[in-house]
Amino acid sequence: MRQLSMRDAINEALHLEMERDARVIVLGEDVSGGAGGTSGQRDAAGGVFGVTKGLLPRFGEERVIDTPISESAIVGAANGAALAGLRPVAELMFADFLGVCFDQVFNQAAKFRYMFGGKTACPIVIRTATGAGMNMGAQHSQSMYAMVTGVPGLKVVVPSNAYDAKGLMLTAIRDDDPVIFFEHKALYPRKSVVPEGDYTIPFGEANIVRQGEHLTIVAIGRMVSFAEKALDALAKDGITADLIDPRTLSPLDDETIYESLEGTGRLMIIDESPPRCSVAADIAGLVASNAFHALRAPVVQLTPPHTPVPFARELERAYIPGPQAIEAAARQLLKAG
Amino acid sequence: MVFERDFLIRAYRQMRTIRDFEERLHLEIQTGEIPGFTHLYSGQEAVAVGVCERLTDQDWIASTHRGHGHCIAKGCDVTGMMLEIYGRADGLCKGKGGSMHIADMSKGMLGANAIVGGGPPIAVGAAIACKVQKNGHVAVAFGGDGSANQGTVFEAMNLAVVLKAPAIFVFENNGYSEHTGADYAVGSKDIAGRARGFGMPAEVCDGGDFFSVYEAMGRATLRARRGEGPSTIEPRTTRFFGHFEGDPMLYRAKDEVARHRATLDCLQNFRQRVTSEAWLSDADLDAIDQDVATQIDTAVTTARSAAPPSPAELETDVYVSY
Ligand SMILES: Cc1ncc(C[n+]2csc(CCOP(=O)(O)OP(=O)(O)O)c2C)c(N)n1
Ligand SMILES: [Mg+2]
Repeated sequence: MRQLSMRDAINEALHLEMERDARVIVLGEDVSGGAGGTSGQRDAAGGVFGVTKGLLPRFGEERVIDTPISESAIVGAANGAALAGLRPVAELMFADFLGVCFDQVFNQAAKFRYMFGGKTACPIVIRTATGAGMNMGAQHSQSMYAMVTGVPGLKVVVPSNAYDAKGLMLTAIRDDDPVIFFEHKALYPRKSVVPEGDYTIPFGEANIVRQGEHLTIVAIGRMVSFAEKALDALAKDGITADLIDPRTLSPLDDETIYESLEGTGRLMIIDESPPRCSVAADIAGLVASNAFHALRAPVVQLTPPHTPVPFARELERAYIPGPQAIEAAARQLLKAG
Repeated sequence: MVFERDFLIRAYRQMRTIRDFEERLHLEIQTGEIPGFTHLYSGQEAVAVGVCERLTDQDWIASTHRGHGHCIAKGCDVTGMMLEIYGRADGLCKGKGGSMHIADMSKGMLGANAIVGGGPPIAVGAAIACKVQKNGHVAVAFGGDGSANQGTVFEAMNLAVVLKAPAIFVFENNGYSEHTGADYAVGSKDIAGRARGFGMPAEVCDGGDFFSVYEAMGRATLRARRGEGPSTIEPRTTRFFGHFEGDPMLYRAKDEVARHRATLDCLQNFRQRVTSEAWLSDADLDAIDQDVATQIDTAVTTARSAAPPSPAELETDVYVSY
């Protein structure tokens, strides 16, 4: 079976959907690159991570738009184009740059439909690179998905692998609501089996990555692969878990988590965003409200500390919940309660 | 125009320090020891130094992702910077910031900034502080041609004009924002013209010529210190490396960097000018070259063997008190 990196899987989804639907446009900084350069070469970047490579040569400058460094205008223009009939895919080079354009995200895109009495839709996708692990420092490493998950009107996708990324991207572009699509930088080169052609993965449907009996682990984005590593180590001692990848944080498939807990009674949530008002805290709250009876031990929320993302290798390593921390926390959780 | 010998020696030393710092980093990065990603300033030295030679430690600057040159020109400790870039405990920011977040308030250095357009509003705030404190100091916002397209920068410029803040906007036009040419992304092709549109004087100067930048900056600081309000300067310059280390530069003509290194090297220009005017001799400059090379070597050697931050540092410095 063919393997693709997550970068190439998303790239393929963009190609497929632009081919299928002439309303899809892509806009952002250096999504092609080379405009106004002295080499005469367009597509000199294809996005700084190469995710949009090849789109401009295939679909042309009208549909693949290199923008100046103007995040508010990028997202705002995507909003306007969506209201006027297109299906824009806007790129924010790094999720941290949500800080520059938050008005267009949460006051505008998120609210049009409701404020206008259901009379319109804003079918945009904001693709953005997320996460720590590459020593990019405090302003290029954040996991900001919790902030947008809390905003009614936005849908939030955090793929953990190439296969899901492609199917979720096709769903995202076809979805009539605004979708924020968080692509973990460390996952871009990671490969998995990705079928050719069209397939979609529905929003609000978690993936049960592994089935087990002793605990339930909910992991988000890159944390899924870390949980798998930890579970490989725990398997040697006969410890197994349900590993649940929500894939979309809004909507969230909480039912799958409750069902798993009926069997295991123990829950660990691994989230790369800081602990307060995090997705981990949200899920823990939902479980406390809806599946308290199933719990045999306190819920473990494994997150970074309440700090910005540090630069130095040693500090960033300590910041990210890694496989060893997950393994240790799982062993602890099995002793509790 | 006559310049003091000490002044010229200092200016050259600063430019040479930046150049050597960056050229050395370019090599060291290839060893894989330096974390993260780094944007080098080589080629633009005359701008940082031409600007900062008009400033004192009590004047402020807000810098960018390409900040090493600004830091050095403003007086940040070179070894402390190198330690920071290596992510060491004794770095200027304890290894928590890295290349894109070097800061030193004691030198009036408000920080490099990884958000394009993050710095100018901050600089205007510092200028407001100078005005409120009536201390005659000024604040400089560094930015690139790319930053001139960011809404936050427009807001900062207008606010500075409205308040007659002692702010100076320095747009280092090196022709590119990442992989995109300024010819494409700056719609008017003319950043100084935009600044004039906001109601402040603005001039283009030769960013390859220390003296050109220094003169333009002299007019801007004079105006600001007199309480007459902000100005903009747009030095035209070039960068000798990629946007970040590892950039294959497919958007640049193959020979462009070599050509610019041969013809637009601000250190060469400076040497030519000061020796032909007989202000300094080649021997004077060579001695500085030697001295700086040793200094940079010490910085690298120190940084390579320095201790990383202890994990306990992870949770300190988030708040003043909590
Ligand atoms: C808000 C924001 N958008 C985009 C980026 C990514 N980025 C970093 S540097 C850069 C180009 C900046 O160009 P310019 O202002 O000309 O400065 P130069 O790199 O040429 O020094 C971009 C797009 C960023 N860091 N912050
Ligand atoms: Mg530039």
